[in-house]
This record gives sequence, C-alpha cells and structure tokens, in this order.
Amino acid sequence: MTASIQLERKPEVQYLLRIGDTALILAQRLGEWCGHAPVLEEDIALTNVALDLVGQSRALLTHAGVLEGAGHDEDQLAFLRDERDYFNATIAELPRGDFAFTILRNLIVATWAKLLWERLQSSSDAEVSAIAGKAVKEARYHQQHAADWVVRLADGTAESRRRIDVALAEIWRFTAELFDSDAVDTAAHAAGLGPRFADLREPWLAEMSAVFDEAGLGLPKDSAFRSTGTRGVHSEHLGFILAEMQHLQRAYPGGAW
Amino acid sequence: MVSADVASGSRVDAAWRVLATVLDPEVPAVSVCELGIVRDVIDHNDVLEIVLTPTYSGCPATEVIEHDILQAIDAAGLGPARATLRRAPAWTTDWISAEGKRKLLAYGIVPPGPALDAAVPIRFFPRSAKTVALACPRCGSHDTERLAAFGSTACKATWRCRACREPFEHFKPI
Repeated sequence: MTASIQLERKPEVQYLLRIGDTALILAQRLGEWCGHAPVLEEDIALTNVALDLVGQSRALLTHAGVLEGAGHDEDQLAFLRDERDYFNATIAELPRGDFAFTILRNLIVATWAKLLWERLQSSSDAEVSAIAGKAVKEARYHQQHAADWVVRLADGTAESRRRIDVALAEIWRFTAELFDSDAVDTAAHAAGLGPRFADLREPWLAEMSAVFDEAGLGLPKDSAFRSTGTRGVHSEHLGFILAEMQHLQRAYPGGAW
Repeated sequence: MVSADVASGSRVDAAWRVLATVLDPEVPAVSVCELGIVRDVIDHNDVLEIVLTPTYSGCPATEVIEHDILQAIDAAGLGPARATLRRAPAWTTDWISAEGKRKLLAYGIVPPGPALDAAVPIRFFPRSAKTVALACPRCGSHDTERLAAFGSTACKATWRCRACREPFEHFKPI
C-alpha cells in the first residue's frame, strides 16, 4: 500500500479543495447511479453531470497542487490524501439515497456551485477564472436539470411528493455548512481569489425559493446542526467512499491505462 | 520531419489543412476545426504548437482528439508537434462554424442556437405548456418533444419526433 501524502494546509489550497473535493465526491456518488437510475435517460443524465464534476475537480485539484508547491498532481491529491485532508462539504458524501434525495441534493449543490463559479470568473487567479468560465455554464445546466425534476416530483404523484418531502427533511440541515465562513475563505476573499461562502447564502436562498415556489414546497426551518466536512471533519460515510475510490492507486501505485 | 524548403507560413497553412480533416471522435460528422476547438497553430521552428480549447470540463474525447491531431500532423510530415490547452475564453457552441452546423443537421443532430448567458435565471416549463419545439432533422415537423436534458454525450439532449416517430439529438447551446 502506498503511504498517504501530507498536505500543506495553505488557505488558498484549502479554499480550492473545498470546491474541488465537493465536485469530486459528489461525482463519485452520482457515478453510483450508473445502471441503477429509474429510467435510462436519467441514468445517462446523472453520469453526464458526474463527468462534468470530475472535469471541474481535475482542473481545481491540479491548480491546488500548483499553489501548494509540493509537487502533488491531481492524481496524488485525489487518491493519496487521507480523510482529514479532504475538504468537501458533508452534503456531497451522504449516501445517494433514492432518486428524490439525489436530485434534491443536485439542486442544492448545483445552485451553490453556479453562484460560486459566477463569482470565481473574476478571480485574481487567472487559472481559477479560466476554469470558472467553463464550469459556470455546466453548473447552469445541472441546476436546470435538477430544478425541473424537483418541480416534477413535488407536483407529481402522492408517492413522488412523499419522497421529495422526506428528502427535504433529511437533507436541509446539511445546507448550512455550504455557507460557513472562516479564516480560509476570508483570506481567499481578501486576496481576490474568490468570494466568502457566507456571501452566497442570500442569492442561493432566492434561487432555491424560486424553485420551491414553483414546486409548491416550503423552505424548511434552519437547524442548529452543523456538519464540518469543509474543515476536514467528516461523517462516517466519506471513509467508505475513499476506500473504494483510492483502492487501485493505493494497491498499484502509479497504475495507469 | 520538416523539409528545409517548407517556409514557416506554409507549414502553418498546411497544418490547418490537415486539421480540417481530423473529425471529432464522438460526432464524426464535423472536423475539430468546424467545432471551433482548434484556436491557434504556432510554428516554433523546432516544434509546431496546436492550441486547443476543450468543449466541456470533463469531455472524455479531449485526450482522443489530442492524440488524433498529433497523429495526423505527424503523418503529414509536419511534426514534431505538441498540443496545448487554452481554457480562456471558454469554448462556446457559437464557435461552431456555419458549415459545421449544416453538417450536424445533415447527420441528424439539431445544431445549437445562440449560446445562453449563464447569468440568465433558469426557467421552468410545465409539462402541459407548449414550449418552443425544434424541427425534426429528418422530416422537418415541429411536432417534437424533449425526452431528456442529456444524451449520448454531455453536449447533447435527447428529443423525439411525434410525426415520423424517430428519436434525434440536439446539440445544446452552451
């Protein structure tokens, strides 16, 4: 087995990994739907979204490696970091659940990501700005796809409505973490690298409300619960994802095809 | 190898002519030039640089395209060459040439309309509402409907025609 790499926790590196890891781990979860989605078209749609997310995360991890300056490339960062050095938001690592849960999570994350990419287009870092210019267009399609489905499920049968209600009650408490600000994003904001996550909350709520109004869903109450994945402290689910995702590179170091 | 009598300008021109014959591996009806992903060809004397802009962040064809391009340049005796990636400005379907769009349609893929501004908020189409329907690339009927937002590749959506009963794809504006 290959030993883990040690990450130097520079704020700018951690900032990019919060975004890149969220994309990577959500992509891994969406990939689980391959061969299992309710209909073939949605099987393909979920894996297509996953593919975009993998591409975005590859670009961000590569650049995070450059900023870290320790010679780590995208593969080393993806496959040789320990759980505590992963900074994805916890919401991305939650088990895939049913189709309602998956599609609602996609809406929550895609809306957050679209607003984030919009702002990252004017990053002081030219590479981040270039990555954002492409990713914002993809995130918009992801958001549209998920929003259409949330409306359709909420406004569908009693069973589809029940499932979206259950999903919403389960997932909402994990949304607060997406807008937690600390020294990492405050430093990124001061350096012009990107926005503070707290500043995304208001526009995110406005766009979520628009979808929920259309769907006839109410915004749930906020809870005091705080997940902490963006600080490297994860739910019990991430370890299992990493075990599966990292197995080949750990067992066969440098393996490629 | 570059023959000594090939001047720099003509090497670049020759490279463009070769690139115009390299087809996209996933939509083999159009060339990589017609798709607008070849942004520049630069002669550095020792090496020819082909500048590419990827279509989607995760497009799995990007590496195949790079390989195909370098192989074609090499086969034409214009090498050595290398491919470099230029992310900004981001690729848009507006860069697909008019000829490329015509070929897409003939291939059975409805070409993209003008690219959407990412800042435009998302819209909802109630299933009952009449939405703007694409013309079927086979029979021309507007009695069509979208089946799914994605298709055989991330860049396309899946549609069907109710008149001729055939499925078809739409290259999404992005």
